[in-house]
Amino acid sequence: MTPQEILDQLRANFGEAILESKLDAPQPWISVAPNRTKDICFFLRDTASLQFDYLMCLSSVDNKDKQLSVVYHVWSTTQKHKIVLKAFCPRDNAHIQSVSSVWGTADWHEREAFDMMGIVFDEHPDLRRILCPDDYPGNPLRKDFKVPEFYQGIKVPY
Amino acid sequence: MGLLDKQFNNSNVILTSVEDLLKWARLSSLFQMQFGLACCAIEMMAASASNFDIMRFGVIPRATPRQTDLMIVAGTVTLKMATRIKRLYDQMSEPRYVISMGSCSNCGGPYWEHGYHVLKGVDRVIPVDVYVPGCPPRPEALLEGIIKLQEKIRNETLVKKSAYA
Repeated sequence: MTPQEILDQLRANFGEAILESKLDAPQPWISVAPNRTKDICFFLRDTASLQFDYLMCLSSVDNKDKQLSVVYHVWSTTQKHKIVLKAFCPRDNAHIQSVSSVWGTADWHEREAFDMMGIVFDEHPDLRRILCPDDYPGNPLRKDFKVPEFYQGIKVPY
Repeated sequence: MGLLDKQFNNSNVILTSVEDLLKWARLSSLFQMQFGLACCAIEMMAASASNFDIMRFGVIPRATPRQTDLMIVAGTVTLKMATRIKRLYDQMSEPRYVISMGSCSNCGGPYWEHGYHVLKGVDRVIPVDVYVPGCPPRPEALLEGIIKLQEKIRNETLVKKSAYA
């Protein structure tokens, strides 16, 4: 299926929840409402003509002044087509619906995004930090992150 | 080393001081804590393997801090690991020695400026006896570090550990 057909199918089923799209980009993307990602992803996975059965990557992006976003690269191993989904959320109240019930891959990827960016994935089964220590202050990949002076009494800066 | 210099010919009698005997025993059986943190650990494994054979210096890996004399910090020490390294060091029985292997554990290495999660030198949490430079150091460099540590132990006295001098 072409990206345009995928977009039309999503528009027909979710209407309001499909926000923007840029289909002439090198990797065509569609942005969706952050509180509807689970339903949309279930639709992408289970519809016979789409069959997006493989989440290739889930990444988080800090768009500096504007917002945080999560980017989903999905691929269909049967239909051989792919599409990029984006979900934007405000910096100070970063909530996005978890898709870990759709693709198991998303579980740890969402934990990493939570650890590094502080994005809270609603309905995630086990949302803990995955890399940094549990008591680490802040989310290190946010653009406004400042390295702490001390961690447990250990001086951190060089 | 002087221990065997004072032996009588054709007998089993060796004259030495208790101090010399203890130092000889310590430096000849430096049991090493068996853990590695990053790519330096690969070089440490190479040093243990047959080409370099670190065991000919008496360095044998042990899997518990209670049985070890020597901690080789081989690799990047993250802040998460730093608290655990401190605990492992505290669990080792004295006399205990530390070799800091590679740039990361010496001073933070390539992560010195932007490593938000990297400890800038393991000497911020535990005292270090010998620093081995390199990124990563070759196995020969680690062997050199072991020999340096043995020299250091040889010059200790029972009253005072030279590591802190």
